[in-house]
Amino acid sequence: MINLAVKEISHSWVRYVLTAVGLGLLIGVTLTMTGLVRGMLDDAIALIRGTHADLWVVQEGTMGPYAESSTLYDDVYRNITGLPGVAQASNVAYLTVQVRHANKDVRAQVAGFEHDQPGEPPYLIAGRPVAKSRYEAIADIKTGFRLGDKISIRRTELTVVGLTKGMVSSGGDPVVFVTMQDMQDIQFQKDNTTIYNERNRLSANPKLNRPGSPGLLQAVTEAQQSNQKVNAVLVRVTPGYDPAVVAETIKRWKHFEVYSYEQMRQILQVRVIANALRQLGMFMVILAIVSTAIIALIIYNMTMGKIREIAVLKLIGANNSTIVAMILQQAWGLGIIGFVVGKATATLISPLFPKRVELLPFDAFISFLIVIAICSLASLIAIRAALKVQPASAIGG
Amino acid sequence: MEAIRMENLVKTYGSGSTAVHALKNVSLYVNPGEVVGLLGPSGSGKTTLLQCLGAVIDPTSGRIALNGETVFDNGWKINDLRALRRDKIGFVFQAAYLIPFLSVLDNVALLPMLAGKSNEEARKRAKELLAVLEVDHRSHAKPAELSGGEQQRVAIARAMANQPPFILADEPTAPLDSERSLIVIKLLTRLAQEFKTAIMVVTHDDIIIPRFKRLYRLRDGVAHEEQGQNLPFPD
Ligand SMILES: Nc1ncnc2c1ncn2[C@@H]1O[C@H](COP(=O)(O)OP(=O)(O)OP(=O)(O)O)[C@@H](O)[C@H]1O
Ligand SMILES: [Mg+2]
Repeated sequence: MINLAVKEISHSWVRYVLTAVGLGLLIGVTLTMTGLVRGMLDDAIALIRGTHADLWVVQEGTMGPYAESSTLYDDVYRNITGLPGVAQASNVAYLTVQVRHANKDVRAQVAGFEHDQPGEPPYLIAGRPVAKSRYEAIADIKTGFRLGDKISIRRTELTVVGLTKGMVSSGGDPVVFVTMQDMQDIQFQKDNTTIYNERNRLSANPKLNRPGSPGLLQAVTEAQQSNQKVNAVLVRVTPGYDPAVVAETIKRWKHFEVYSYEQMRQILQVRVIANALRQLGMFMVILAIVSTAIIALIIYNMTMGKIREIAVLKLIGANNSTIVAMILQQAWGLGIIGFVVGKATATLISPLFPKRVELLPFDAFISFLIVIAICSLASLIAIRAALKVQPASAIGG
Repeated sequence: MEAIRMENLVKTYGSGSTAVHALKNVSLYVNPGEVVGLLGPSGSGKTTLLQCLGAVIDPTSGRIALNGETVFDNGWKINDLRALRRDKIGFVFQAAYLIPFLSVLDNVALLPMLAGKSNEEARKRAKELLAVLEVDHRSHAKPAELSGGEQQRVAIARAMANQPPFILADEPTAPLDSERSLIVIKLLTRLAQEFKTAIMVVTHDDIIIPRFKRLYRLRDGVAHEEQGQNLPFPD
């Protein structure tokens, strides 16, 4: 049996191919948007994945530190370290600020970490880890910084010594890692006037500045100045302990909120970017509907254009399946060409987007199935019309 | 035994006050190898009669037998009728109605293919037929590249492709000049004799009508048998 669908298309292929290419551009846009969603989902958890932590301890009653603000005293980690099942516990702090380099501002998320602890920058693509406790930074390449660049964050000056790739905040800002000591400066450093004024206020307080106890004023001053805050404590659980049990212990004894990696991922992916996703999803549904309408129109037109031939085919004894196959194959042909063009388009344009576009083979596969399903759906009207035509209509007159 | 037998056939389109009584009581027969003409004024029911014979539409009542087998009314389903059309009946219409996107060869080969023959077998058969009809030199052209007469000859080759025992032709010479019309009818007559095909030809054509040996004239929904002049074909 010859393939009627292929024969017809090769007879007049220009319109068919042009339609398929147009459809392909639509599919390309859809694929790119799928990639954008993937990129957003992946970016959202890049930071928490990079921490290699098992548990996040945050302020009670909050979903911090990424989805909402959370504040803990910087000595909390000491209490947690002593609990059974806790291998490591360390402070982290996050702050989204403008980072200045060569008179240019880059919006970035500054992450404070402690050496050899969870929260440390992951795999570096260039440079070396931070070796000193002060004034060195690891920046994500998305900042545009290079090794050796001098950057300033508020009043702190740092040198970029290492680069990461793909480390961004859930908002898509590149991350700059600094030590906790630098971070505390960046967050809480007071200018000299403030320090001078606070010291004067303390020494003017007769309850604190007593002649009989000379060390008191000193202790209070130090306590106040080191009264510093972090955003979360990251915990690594001792092998053999169940993270859920350890989390329960911390919650019960210390009155903090504790999240597992899985919970943190959900907070970020579901809550933080849910809105953005919903909008993109809506857009994709509209694109799917538009594509269906276009394919339906084209296939219907093509079918009505050969309705007489279909009547002749029926008259000379062609089965309904022969006719349905011809229409379906032409619709699928549109889908297949469209998909190939769309995939190529998406691959070409995705690097032009400021946000990361991640084209996964799995998504492409699912999209392909959806395209074929849409093509089949779109053929239904044409198939109905073709099946309804009477063989007698071929022999009018 | 007659190849085609039709008894007391009635075909009414619609019902009630808008009913059209196209065929009121038609009885006729065609022998194997015979070419019979079907005449009648416009709207007399010629096409309706062919469509009933060709299992394209259902008659209202009456009986149709092909080669002694009753095909109406014995409750055949749409699939049986489709197979009947494909395997037993060749159609030729006023226009050729070839499939424009298939080559001349494939237009003819399509029928044997639909009947389950292999592509090679079907094309071999189509080539032979095109040679008989003297259009084999245009085998690889598309129908649109052929003249009206050539197209009609291809349509006849298609009608013959499954070697049907019956061919029904509805004004097959309408688009042709008188010379070509004669060639087509001569061809049908030759095919009828060669393959013992029973052929019924609807026509208005004054050149053709005198060539029939026997014909039916439809008037007021009834078929009247007449003897034809049976003029020989010029060479
Ligand atoms: N599908 C239909 N529905 C209703 N009436 C029909 C239908 N087909 C034909 N008729 C009517 O039946 C009658 C016979 O029509 P038919 O087409 O058989 O005539 P005909 O002899 O072939 O005419 P012509 O020489 O013009 O081709 C006409 O009155 C026509 O209007
Ligand atoms: Mg007619």
